[in-house]
Amino acid sequence: MKALLLRDIRLAVRAGGGFGLGLAFFLIVVVLVPFGVGPQSELLSRIAAGILWIGALLACLVSLDRIFALDWEDGSLDLLATAPLPMEAVAAIKGLAHWVTTGLPLVLAAPVLGVLLSLPAQGYGPLVLSLLLGTPGLSMIGAFGAALTVGLRRGGLLLSLLVLPLYVPTLIFGAEMARRGVDGQDYTTPMLMLAGITCGTIALLPFASAAVLRVNLR
Amino acid sequence: MRLTVRDLCVARGGVRVLDGLSFAVAAGEALVLRGPNGAGKTTLLRTLAGLQPPVSGTVDYPADSVVYAGHADGIKPALSVVENLSFWAQVFGRKEISHALAAYELESLADRPAGFLSAGQKRRLGLARLLVTGRAIWILDEPTVSLDARAVAMFAAVVRAHLAEGGIAVLATHIDLGLDEATVLDVAPFRAVRQELDDFDEAFL
Amino acid sequence: MASLWEYANPKKFIDTTDKVLPWVSVLAVLCLATGLIWGFFFTPDDFRQGSTVKIIYLHVPSALMAINAWIMMLLASLIWVVRRHHVSALAARAAAPVGVVMTVIALATGAIWGQPMWGTWWAWDPRLTSFLILFLFYLGYIALWEAIENDDTAADLTSILCIVGSVFALLSRYAVLFWNQGLHQGASLSLDKEENVADVFYFPLLVCIAGFVFLFIALVFLRTQTEIRARRMRALLARDRMEA
Repeated sequence: MKALLLRDIRLAVRAGGGFGLGLAFFLIVVVLVPFGVGPQSELLSRIAAGILWIGALLACLVSLDRIFALDWEDGSLDLLATAPLPMEAVAAIKGLAHWVTTGLPLVLAAPVLGVLLSLPAQGYGPLVLSLLLGTPGLSMIGAFGAALTVGLRRGGLLLSLLVLPLYVPTLIFGAEMARRGVDGQDYTTPMLMLAGITCGTIALLPFASAAVLRVNLR
Repeated sequence: MRLTVRDLCVARGGVRVLDGLSFAVAAGEALVLRGPNGAGKTTLLRTLAGLQPPVSGTVDYPADSVVYAGHADGIKPALSVVENLSFWAQVFGRKEISHALAAYELESLADRPAGFLSAGQKRRLGLARLLVTGRAIWILDEPTVSLDARAVAMFAAVVRAHLAEGGIAVLATHIDLGLDEATVLDVAPFRAVRQELDDFDEAFL
Repeated sequence: MASLWEYANPKKFIDTTDKVLPWVSVLAVLCLATGLIWGFFFTPDDFRQGSTVKIIYLHVPSALMAINAWIMMLLASLIWVVRRHHVSALAARAAAPVGVVMTVIALATGAIWGQPMWGTWWAWDPRLTSFLILFLFYLGYIALWEAIENDDTAADLTSILCIVGSVFALLSRYAVLFWNQGLHQGASLSLDKEENVADVFYFPLLVCIAGFVFLFIALVFLRTQTEIRARRMRALLARDRMEA
C-alpha cells in the first residue's frame, strides 16, 4: 500500500505529472474574483472565506480525472486488480495520494491567498482548519466520481456533473465554518459536521469506488 | 498447483463468445490458445485472471496465484525501469528484481525513464514484471507483440524456466515459441452457438 | 402462489402492465381533471393570497412525486444490485426523466407562486435549494446512463451512483437547513403549508396528488416497456453483429 502511495506521489511531482496545476488554478480563480466583484476590501473580506472554499473545490475538481484515468489507459488498473491489494485499498490510497498532491498544497496556499482577499486576521485559523478537515473528503468523493467515469473517453465534464452535487454538504459546512471563524462566532457545530462527513466518506466511499472499478474492469 | 476450467462460458459486452470450455493445466505445463481475431481469446484470458465473471461454469486455482499481462504493460513513462519493476515487486510483497532485469537483459537500461524505451524494450519490461510478482500462474495475452527474434527467444527461455519450477502459463499467441511442454487449444470450435431466446432475463443476452 | 419476482420477467412485466396501463391512465386523467377543476373553479380565494394559492394543486403533487420518483429509483437500484433483475434497472432508468420533469414543474410553479407572494422568483430557501440540488442529482444520474454503452455496466454504475447519491442528497438536505438558518432569519418565507391549509383546499389537493401518483405509475410503466424493448433490440443487434 505504501508503494502505491509513494508511486502516485512520485508520478505527480515528476515532469508532466500535473502537480501544481491545481494550485495554479486555485491562484487564478482567487485572483480573478476581485476583478469580477470590485476591489473594495470590506466586500472582499466578507466573501473571502467563501471564495477560498469555492476556489479550493474547483482546483480539486480539475485534477480528479487523473486519479484513475492514467492507470486505466496503460493497463495498470488491470494489474492492480489481480494484485494481492484489495480494490478498496487501491481506491482509498488513490484518494489519499490525490489529497497529498492536490488538497494539502491548497490548504497550505489558502492563507497566502487570504491576504489577497483581505481576510480578517481571526479568520486564518478556522479557514485553514476547515480546509484541512474538508479537502480529504473532497478527494475521496472525487475518487468515487473518477472511478465511475474511468471507462469513458470524454468523462471529464460528466465527472464534474456527477461530483458537484456530492460536494454540496462538504462545501456548506466547510464554508460556514470558515465564515463563522471570520465573524468571530463559535464554529464548533459546522466543524464537527464537516469532520463527520469527511470521516464518513473516508470510511465508506472506498467500498463504492472499488465496486465501481470492478464493474468498469469487466 | 493446478488450473482447472469446467464448462466455462464467457461473454463480451453481454454477448456470449465462447461456450463449453473445459480444460486443466497442471504444474509445469503451458497452454497456448489459438484462434482467429475476435474469437474471444482476450475475453477468456480476462475471465481466467478473475477480471470479469464467467457467464457460467467454474475456474479453479489456488487463491492469489495468478498474474495477468494484457495488451497494455502498465508502465509509467515518468518512472525509470527499476522504479517500475520495484513498484510491482512491492505491490506483490516482494523486493528482488535483479533476476527479472537479467532475464530480459534490461540491466543497461535500468535507470532510464521508461518513456524513453522503444516499444520492444517496453514490452520486455512488461514481461519482466511477471518475474517479480512471484506468482505461479501466468496469464498472457499476446506477449510477443513488438518483440524481435532475440527477445522472443528470451521470453521463451523465461517461460521454460518458469514451467520447470512448477509454474503454469496460459498464453494467447500466434508465434511458435518452441515450448515442448505446451498444449495447443484452438478456441474456434468452442464458439458460442446462438441460443434460442426464452422470455426471461436471457432475452437480454 | 405467484411470487413478486415473476414480474422481473420482461415478458410477464409487459403483459401485465399492458392490462393495467389503460386503467391507470384513465384514473390519472379522471383524478387530475376532477382535482384541478374542483381546485381551480370551486374553491374560494384565500383571504391573504388571493387566487394565486391555487397553483398549490400543481406545485405540491409535483414536488411530492419528484421525491417519490427518486425513492422509487433507489429501491429499483437496490433490487438490481441484490437480485439483478433487468426490469428493475430499466424501471429506475425509466423513472428518472419523469422525476426530472416533476422537479422542474415543482421549481417552476414555486417560482410563479413565489413572485407575487414574496416579490421574488427565487429565494435560497431551504426547500427551494434542496429541490435545486435534487435536480442536479437527477441530471447526473441520467447523464451517466446515457454515457455508458454497455447496458449492464450502465445499470451497475447508475445503481451505485443512486445509492451513494441518496445518502448525499439526505446530507445536503440537512446541510441546507443548517446553512440557511445561518444566513437568513428564520421562517418568514416558510413553504410549510400543510399546517395552514384549510379543508376546502385540502380535499381537491388530495385528489390531485392521487392523480399525479397514477400519472407517474402510468408513465413509468410505459417508459419501462419502451426501455425493455429498446434493450432487447440492442441485444438482438449485438447478437447479429457477433454472428456476422
